[in-house]
This record gives sequence, structure tokens and C-alpha cells, in this order.
Amino acid sequence: MDETTNPTEAQELTPWDRVQMARHPQRPHTLDYIAALCEDFTEFHGDRRFGDDPAIVGGLAAFAAHTVMVIGHQKGSDTRENMKRNFGMSHPEGYRKAQRLMRQAEKFGIPVICFVDTPAADPKKESEERGQGNAIAESILVMTNLRVPIIAAVIGEGGSGGALALSVADRILMQENAIFSVAPPEATASILWHDSAKAPDAARALKLTAQDLYQLRIIDEVVSEPVGGAHQNPQEAITILGARLRANLDTISQIEIPTLLKQRYQKYRVIGHYREA
Amino acid sequence: MKEFFRRRKTSFTTGGQSEGNPVPDDMWVKCSACRELVYKKELTDNLKVCPKCGHHMRMSAHEWIGLLDAGSFSEMDTNLLPTDPLGFVSLGESYAEKLAKSQQRTGMPDAILSGVGMIGGRHLALAVGDFAFMGASMGSVYGEKLSRAAERAADLGIPLLTINTSGGARQQEGVIALMQMAKVTMALTRLAEVGQPHIALMVDPCYGGVTASYPSVADVIIAEPGANIGFAGKRLIEQIMRQKLPAGFQTAEFMLDHGMIDMVVERNQLPATIGRLIRLYGTRRDPSERRDPVEQMISAITYP
Ligand SMILES: [Zn+2]
Repeated sequence: MDETTNPTEAQELTPWDRVQMARHPQRPHTLDYIAALCEDFTEFHGDRRFGDDPAIVGGLAAFAAHTVMVIGHQKGSDTRENMKRNFGMSHPEGYRKAQRLMRQAEKFGIPVICFVDTPAADPKKESEERGQGNAIAESILVMTNLRVPIIAAVIGEGGSGGALALSVADRILMQENAIFSVAPPEATASILWHDSAKAPDAARALKLTAQDLYQLRIIDEVVSEPVGGAHQNPQEAITILGARLRANLDTISQIEIPTLLKQRYQKYRVIGHYREA
Repeated sequence: MKEFFRRRKTSFTTGGQSEGNPVPDDMWVKCSACRELVYKKELTDNLKVCPKCGHHMRMSAHEWIGLLDAGSFSEMDTNLLPTDPLGFVSLGESYAEKLAKSQQRTGMPDAILSGVGMIGGRHLALAVGDFAFMGASMGSVYGEKLSRAAERAADLGIPLLTINTSGGARQQEGVIALMQMAKVTMALTRLAEVGQPHIALMVDPCYGGVTASYPSVADVIIAEPGANIGFAGKRLIEQIMRQKLPAGFQTAEFMLDHGMIDMVVERNQLPATIGRLIRLYGTRRDPSERRDPVEQMISAITYP
């Protein structure tokens, strides 16, 4: 990214530029948001079945006037941390840890905040053996009828089913340079262009930017970033998103749970474009 | 049931609907697994399972209707047609053009067929994918038809059978397609609320966003022998992740070994197995009480 990007130039960012910004290693990640926005964060570990996945973090924290369960994909800022975090690509045990924490949030009536930032779910042999498909499916199912408010914030890459597994929510916020896609643009390019180098073309065709997804009514809110992107001024990016999280949480915490669940059902039930002949 | 199959005029030579290469004399079909020539009529009578090696060949959505009691199926939501919401173009071809081609080739509006029918004399809602239509990828029409099938089953108080074969979410509908995973899961909570089961049959091949959503959390998961089932494709794991994969990786048997599915069932045993399950779940309530209202409600539906 060009260091001198200004708001006028920002208007002209291509979808591929946004993909680069969404992936920028200096962009704040989940633990940066939690550290700056929450107090008393207490991280919980493990899925109680197989292990603990460092690619998903979660735990209890105090946020504004609320106790919240914060859960998020965790990328690293350098190679060493990224190796540990598997580049934010979660394993089945990561999703199962998230499910466990969500169920616990439900038990104690605590709202859930999810930070979404993953290229995709881990596609390795071991993840297949442990049921990656089932793990993602279970996460989606847990979130469809969890009896507490859920807010998802896409803070970087919202990649495929691995991202959806943390973003079935009452409100979906998305930073202006974050992306949310059915598949990584390289994968789509490889399938439909037979050439992963056509990823910039795929990124344009997929309508994966926050602006596109707001127009398509997939997300509820586009959250602005500092000039040049969140990596240029992480503190400001965190402050801006924090304010929007707080406002949304205050609003949806007022809604009675049965109403909230009805609204959540409707929100997802109406997504789709088709013709009735 | 075999009679029903025979009655249906299914051509093995059209489009990509069927595995098994047609040979010049269209009385014979070559099995893609054992390369043996099989008499076509014998194959049809055997539900497209190779009589020589037992290979389960792919079936079109319409062929799968043969699993139901003969003549019991009423197709629904046939009026739902796909659109091109993103104006998606790749390699000079628009999604709209691609859809038109697939529609012409398969005679289906999109990759899924749904409706209500019976197995073993008991009602159930059915939704079945057709791999010949863009790899039975899940887009808006797929998601909507499946959601309606689930809600209809809930309203009627009958089980839902899904037959799943898919490459995953439909790329050309972007995140709208991805969100169908959540939408269908939402709709299925209605079925759970009324205490009716979702039985998922996974057939070859089933991958990506479909494996990672509703079938993998069904009440019962059945797979056909040898079916390839997984989340990430084998090529991705081998070529990008550079991992060696053992023989039998991601087969139905592998999924059974790893605790991901309930059973592997041969095709000719499916009606009996599914019929038995519906009967077992059905005894939760007095069938004589349930039966008539359901029949009335179903007969009150005006089929398109
Ligand atoms: Zn054979």
C-alpha cells in the first residue's frame, strides 16, 4: 500500500487494493482490539475434545458496561507468530472451542462479540480427519439459535466458510478495507479463470468489499478506517470500531431474546436473489 | 421400486448427467471404475450400480426420485429461477450465459429439485442436488428451495430427506452464495422445533460449503459406498498444502471411521433404511393421529 494514500485516492481503491489492505500484516488483529477495548480479558483455551487452536482466541472480558464473550480468528503480525497462529486458518478444534464459549455465553446470558479475520478454514489432511466440515457446520448451527445477542466485526479477511463460522450474527459490521468472500480470490481465479494469478479479476467480480456487501444488504454497517487504512494508525482504527461495537451492543442488548431470534431468522432467511416465474 | 426406475426414461448419453461412458452401441455402457461393458438395461435395473464391480455411478436429481414410492412425488417450487445478482463475468462468459447453458443441458432451472413424496408409505419432504448443473453448487435458488423444503416439512410435521452432492458454494453469487449455508441452517431449526428429523444422504462427490453446513449437522448422516466427501478438495491438500494422502482418504468409509457419519449404505438398501428410520422416528407420536391431517394438508397444496 502506498503510504501517501489520501481520502481522494481512497475512493479509487480497486477491490484488489482492498484485499491487500485487508491482509496487511500491520493491520490490528483480534487480540489488539481486545487489549485496547476490553478490561479484564481472561482467555479460555481448548475444545475439551482434542486440543487448543491458537488460530482462534476467546474468553470473557469487560467491554463498556457489559461482560462479553469475545471470540476471534487470530493472525500473527510476523512470520513466527503466523506459524503459531496458522495464519489465522482455524482447525476443527478452534471452531469447537468457539462453540463451547458461545454455549457458555448463552448459559450466563452474556453477549458475544466475534472478530472475523481469516483467509479460510485450515485445509490440511489433519483437519479433514477431525471433521472440518462438521466443525464449521456446528458453529453455524450454534449461532443460528444462540439465545444471546451476537455481533460480528469483519476486521480483515472474511474468507469463506471459515469466516462464516464466526459471523452468523444479529449485526455484521465491516471495516471499510476489510473483505468478505465466498472463497479467497486466488481460489476463485484458479477455478473460474484457470489461473490463480487472475485473483485481481476475481476480486473485482466477487463483490467482496464492504461497500459492495453493504449495497447487497449482506452486512449492516461499514466502519470507517483511518486515512490510508487501519495499518496506518491501528489505535485510531481500534477506537472507531470500538465506538461502533459499543453503540450496536447497547442497541441489541435492549431487544428481548425471542424478538432477537425472530429478527436473526428473518435476517438470514431473506438473503438470496432469485426470480419467481 | 425397480419398476419405477425402469418406467422412467433416463438417457445415459445426455450431458454430464451420468458417469459411465456411452459406447457406440447405446445398449452398452462402460463402467468408469472397472472399465467393463455393462448392459444398459441391467444397469438401470440395478439403480446405476455397476453389476460387475459395485461402483455407484452418479445419478441425476430426477433419477434420485426413483428412491421414493412409485408415483408419490410432487415437485414444488419449480417457479424459482436463478439470476445474476453480481453481473459476474469470467473468461468472457457471464454467469447468466453459463446458467442458460446448464439449464439447456440438464432441463433443470438450477441445481436442486424439491418436493414431497413417500418412502415406505410415509410422507417426507425431499431436496436433491444435481451435480450436472454447475457441480450442484449452492446459490440463491438452491438455498431458497432447500429452506422452503425445510419449512414445509416443519409445517406438515414430516421428515426431510436431503440428497447432497456438490462442489460447494456457487462462486458466481459471491457472499450471497456463502450466506445460503447460514440461511438453510436457520430454516432447519424450524424442523428441529417441531421434532421432525433431517436425514442427509451424501453421495459422490460432496465438498466445500455443502459439507460445511446443513448435511454435516443432520440428525442422521448416510453416505453411499466409496463416495468422496470432504471440506477441502484433495487437489488443494496435495498441491498447495503438499501433503501426501493415503488411499481411501475422504471416502464414505473414511468418514465413518472418523466418526463423521452414521452409516454407509448401498444404494439398493436406501429405501428400506430410510423407510425404517422414518418409521422409528415416527412412533414418537401416534401415526394414526398424525397421518390424516398431513394427508389433508398435502392434498390442499396446489402443485405448480
Ligand atoms: Zn464397474
